[in-house]
Amino acid sequence: MYRSMWFIVRRLFYSLFLLLGVSVLSFVFLQFAPGNFFDEMRLSPQISRQTIADLHRQYGMDKPLPVRYFSWLQSVAKGDWGVSFAYNAPVAPLILERSANTLLLTGTATLLSWTIALPAGILCAVARRRQPWIDHAADLLTTLLLVTPDLLLALGVLWIALHTRWLHAGGMLSAELPDENLWGHLKDLASHLIGPLIVLVVGSLPVLLRHVRAAMLDALDLPCIQAVQAHGISHPRILFRHALPGAAAPLISLFGFSLGSLLSASLLVEVVMNWPGLGPLLLEAILARDFYVVIAAVMFSALFLVGGMLLADVLLFFLDPRIRTEGIA
Amino acid sequence: MKCGKQTTLLLAALGVLHVAILLAGFFSPYDPAQQNRDLPFTPPTRIHFVDAQSHVHIDPLVCAFQDRPDAPGEYFENRTRCVPIHFLVRGTPYKLIGSLHSNFHLFGVDAPAKIVLMGTDAYGRDVFSRFLYGGQVSLFAGLLATLLTLVFGTLLGTLAGYYGGWFDAVIMRGSELFMALPWLYLLLALRAFLPLSVSTGESFLLLIAVIGLVGWARPARMIRSVVLSSRERHYVLAARLFGASDLYLIRRHILQDIYSIGLTQAALLIPQYVLAEVMLSFLGLGVGEPTPSWGNMLSVLHQYAVLVSYWWMLMPGLLLVPVFLGYSLLASYLHPGRAAERA
Repeated sequence: MYRSMWFIVRRLFYSLFLLLGVSVLSFVFLQFAPGNFFDEMRLSPQISRQTIADLHRQYGMDKPLPVRYFSWLQSVAKGDWGVSFAYNAPVAPLILERSANTLLLTGTATLLSWTIALPAGILCAVARRRQPWIDHAADLLTTLLLVTPDLLLALGVLWIALHTRWLHAGGMLSAELPDENLWGHLKDLASHLIGPLIVLVVGSLPVLLRHVRAAMLDALDLPCIQAVQAHGISHPRILFRHALPGAAAPLISLFGFSLGSLLSASLLVEVVMNWPGLGPLLLEAILARDFYVVIAAVMFSALFLVGGMLLADVLLFFLDPRIRTEGIA
Repeated sequence: MKCGKQTTLLLAALGVLHVAILLAGFFSPYDPAQQNRDLPFTPPTRIHFVDAQSHVHIDPLVCAFQDRPDAPGEYFENRTRCVPIHFLVRGTPYKLIGSLHSNFHLFGVDAPAKIVLMGTDAYGRDVFSRFLYGGQVSLFAGLLATLLTLVFGTLLGTLAGYYGGWFDAVIMRGSELFMALPWLYLLLALRAFLPLSVSTGESFLLLIAVIGLVGWARPARMIRSVVLSSRERHYVLAARLFGASDLYLIRRHILQDIYSIGLTQAALLIPQYVLAEVMLSFLGLGVGEPTPSWGNMLSVLHQYAVLVSYWWMLMPGLLLVPVFLGYSLLASYLHPGRAAERA
């Protein structure tokens, strides 16, 4: 067991390598970026050249790139993500609050879309022989949803929300809360969450559904399943006790990858529906050339994706005995 | 590759769309920048075959829109001022594919009436004409970026797979770095490090470069894996035994194996890259006004009032669905079973 734990340790180090690599790349690109936040000040006659030069020195922008990178790395290790020029405030609290909101949205969306995709995909795979129309209908629906851009989905849900007033059109909390207690607060949050959630779930569902169906079909075709059938074991037991664990491995690795497209979709949905997550922050920071915020937002998105893949690896480690015994054999 | 009736129809429809966008000047009745401030946000023109006196016409009619005197900003169709649609008419001059001067349009109507198949926008510009011209930016940015990605990905993937060693290791670790970021974040991050306000032509090229370079990792890895198995084939080994050079082997044998996978990848990447342009322009980081692109035409929908009142402003977005459906079906015809793997 101890030796096989190396698998997880190795993946952990690999994740760290990825995050370090992304940060180095960001800084290298930063070097090529034309202009910075203080450039616009140069146009103003009220701000002297001396002041701008002082500001540059104050934020350490006159130092060479490696020096800046390592001092940034040092402060990040202490939990300090630099200073936002536009907000004139430390980046860390800003980014933590925003990424908590993004995490809330994408986390709920992941949970919900998997809870729908798993049974629906299994149903499609099982119904393929006896009731092929279910499978055909699902195929048609997923094809249609697959070619519908998330942007259009978001605009569509917003359109429905504005017309029917069933949903809140954007935002995360109402300006004035109906009642101040925690329960009222949560209810308000949930009612705002529904709109963006629908977009993300509907957007990510077709890919998941197709993969679940394909993995289940593959698993049901295995010789061991035929052997179990020949033994006369009941259908549901075959499905959940024998076929599903066989289908689990590809689905868990899909979980890690699907997080990437979900985060991308989430960025767009956040911007369209005014959800105060990482997306709008990143967009504002790009337009204001607020580079430490850009880098922090990019790093956090990488952190989520890499973290999700690491989680998938750990899950796989506990569920798939082939990986667990790899180090021992 | 199976080439049934459906495929032919599908390719024909996609082809017509691409030709219409390439020759936008001929197919669109108006200039995309031509403003008509008296008639902002007019709904799509209705086409009639029966006039106000209940006479049936063989050639279709359109009627002029007029302001409702009691409610400004709303329109009614003046059924007494109807004109027939003419085909192959002379209208506003344009340049075809950037060089050929002409003033022939496929269709048009006489002065009091206007034919706006998808309505008009806030400045009274024809959305249909802007959609066709916008396709020149959005669709062709997607196509060119796909070409860039595939050339770049094939080059790196082939070299990494064929030569292996440290180069392979560097390329593979590099590609993993690019895949460690959600791609829209990556796209925006790369865009962040480039100048914000640039001219239309420059921003078009910039977009192609950014979109094309973001996506190299996946095709490169796929091509590498094909090359890895392809270089061990017996006929390749035999050719090498006869003293064939690396360049000859790659060109004559290995690129042949990559060809079909590259084609399928292209059909999958094009819609994704068109969407990338649409999203960047929608977020205000792509091609800016007054040049139309599908993304910046949608960006007026940031205003809730426009989204609620003028549904036809969604048309460029709605039309993305059939375009993407075409490419997705094309991909599944090129390589059955592969299309499902788009994650």
